[in-house]
Amino acid sequence: MGAKTLYDKLWESHIVRENDDGTSLLYIDRQLIHEVTSPQAFEGLRMANRKPWKLSANLATPDHNVPTSHREQGIVDPIAKLQVDTLDQNCDLFNITEFKMDDIRQGIVHVISPEQGATLPGMTLVCGDSHTSTHGAFGTLAFGIGTSEVEHVLATQCLIQKKSKNMLVQVDGQLNPGITAKDVILAIIGKIGTAGGTGYAIEFAGEAIRSFSMEGRMTLSNMAIEAGARAGMIAVDDTTIKYVKNRPYAPQAEVWDKAVIYWQGFHSDTDAHFDKVVSLDATEIKHQVTWGTSPEMTMAIDETIPDPAKEADLVKSSGMQAALDYMGLTAGTPINEVAVDVVFIGSCTNSRIEDMRAAANIAKGNKVASNIKQALVVPGSGLIKQQAEQEGLDQIFIDAGFEWRDPGCSMCLAMNADRLESGERCASTSNRNFEGRQGQGGRTHLVSPAMAAAAAIKGHFVNSNELGSQ
Amino acid sequence: MEKFTKITAIAMPLDRVNVDTDAIIPKQFLKSIHKSGFGPNLFDEWRYLDQGEPGMDNTNRPLNQNFILNKSRYQGSQILLARDNFGCGSSREHAPWALEDYGFRVIIAPSFADIFYNNCFKNGLLPIILAEEIVDQLFNLTVANEGFQLSVDLAEQKITSAMESITFSTDFELDQFRRHCLLEGLDEIGLTLEHADDIRAYESIQKEITPWLF
Repeated sequence: MGAKTLYDKLWESHIVRENDDGTSLLYIDRQLIHEVTSPQAFEGLRMANRKPWKLSANLATPDHNVPTSHREQGIVDPIAKLQVDTLDQNCDLFNITEFKMDDIRQGIVHVISPEQGATLPGMTLVCGDSHTSTHGAFGTLAFGIGTSEVEHVLATQCLIQKKSKNMLVQVDGQLNPGITAKDVILAIIGKIGTAGGTGYAIEFAGEAIRSFSMEGRMTLSNMAIEAGARAGMIAVDDTTIKYVKNRPYAPQAEVWDKAVIYWQGFHSDTDAHFDKVVSLDATEIKHQVTWGTSPEMTMAIDETIPDPAKEADLVKSSGMQAALDYMGLTAGTPINEVAVDVVFIGSCTNSRIEDMRAAANIAKGNKVASNIKQALVVPGSGLIKQQAEQEGLDQIFIDAGFEWRDPGCSMCLAMNADRLESGERCASTSNRNFEGRQGQGGRTHLVSPAMAAAAAIKGHFVNSNELGSQ
Repeated sequence: MEKFTKITAIAMPLDRVNVDTDAIIPKQFLKSIHKSGFGPNLFDEWRYLDQGEPGMDNTNRPLNQNFILNKSRYQGSQILLARDNFGCGSSREHAPWALEDYGFRVIIAPSFADIFYNNCFKNGLLPIILAEEIVDQLFNLTVANEGFQLSVDLAEQKITSAMESITFSTDFELDQFRRHCLLEGLDEIGLTLEHADDIRAYESIQKEITPWLF
């Protein structure tokens, strides 16, 4: 066969059988479960009188619907409460490990699994959530699935899949000070478009990618789906292995040594063939802010809002105008003059300890601007919350006028009480700026944690390098 | 799952690119623990003028008369014409559940987001990819001819005009396994469990190679 890509290796090592029609039965090592996309899957199992194939492969936690304040009062919304209770009951009934709402290990599925070492290099991992691509940061084949497939994996530990094509996104050179993984992935999506990766598995590579910590790599892989790719991944290296070591679910002692040797093979061979290659120059990437209602509608902080009249493609031009109308923006306005109402720091994209530190670095000694109605900081897990508090970050946020919350998906998709009112403009570290995503009529601008914190302090978008210590 | 063979129905043109699953079924309706009942909230934010919440009586809500779904000429439509990258965003299977519950059985677009495309087949919904020029032609025919109906034949993999005065016919491509499952209304889990021995054999080999996963 010759040289293989990282994706080829992950795929081939999980084939149970190949069917005549080009599909494969693929073995799934790990499934993460949350309350929103699992109740109908468990119901299906019960109706067909089927049992989970391999209990230990599953790990569950409630995240989408959980309140991020006053947890002691439980969930007030009766429909949301029923969904979380249903998850608890299903996990108890089928004997699946679950970190319940009062467990310090509870948090966003894509944050807690790596934190626990439940995400390991070389494995296949799925979840009924599109941001499952996050786990690709570990040299893992990880992708989002629908509820029927959640049931399929529970019952068979397998999925019927067709292999995607290989895409390489190469980011060479050194990033400028203050430029984060969030800026890099937004710049990538801006370049290839939200459907640019459809049908592909993306591997991120190059000097700039290598320089990221695991937290940064997770931010990057997390948003592969916003470029249309179900899976995004990064080769295993020392950074990966160091991160995984000694985590609760990671192998220990002599099994660890064996695992490390196995994992070190999960990188693309030098001459591996990619169906598509995209290159970016790291030195040219600036602080990003999205201006529209699709993650590809992104711009640098020193630019002005683009003009639909200058777009030759009519479908694109009308899409841009519709986005500007929804966002309440005028072409030609410098983005750093646009005022913000709400700031949200959190989500499976940016709620890890590094994100908390980056935002705190900007907030330290400053005050949230008077025009900001609400500035939320929502850590990704109970353990991250605890660590941030040990580092005194919670106090920095509170002193500056931010609210320090309990872990969950929160205002990223506004399924719980944290949401925008119609017309409110939000600087958000989440992953989707779709219409109504953070609340009906809400206007979302995607940014990095430092940029969100800077917007909170100044009351409008601003280059975060102008605040905080570098 | 309901079998899919052939349908003849009115086509409804939804002229927007990148229609995401948040737009197809907004997040507040994802709190349901059931698979059915999402139809009245399909495209909720575009379809109604007020803010929708689960448990509301949708029959009394003010309709956005400018939204295509509310136009009288498209009532009873079962074929949705869409643009590029339909179904992008969240993996929620509630999106195909809502489309199916409303009454759609076919979606025609130049391209679909991967997860959504995959989810459709599990729910008796047929997503068809056609070249952009052909989709454009269908948009034009639908807009110009009130009551324009298409026939979609899965066994023959053919779409034809069901109006005598209009000539239109095109073939479409489809993965044969998916076609088979839709035609027969097959339970994929049952099919996979027929290979239970293969799965066990794979596991016993992997236990040697990656013992930490077992």
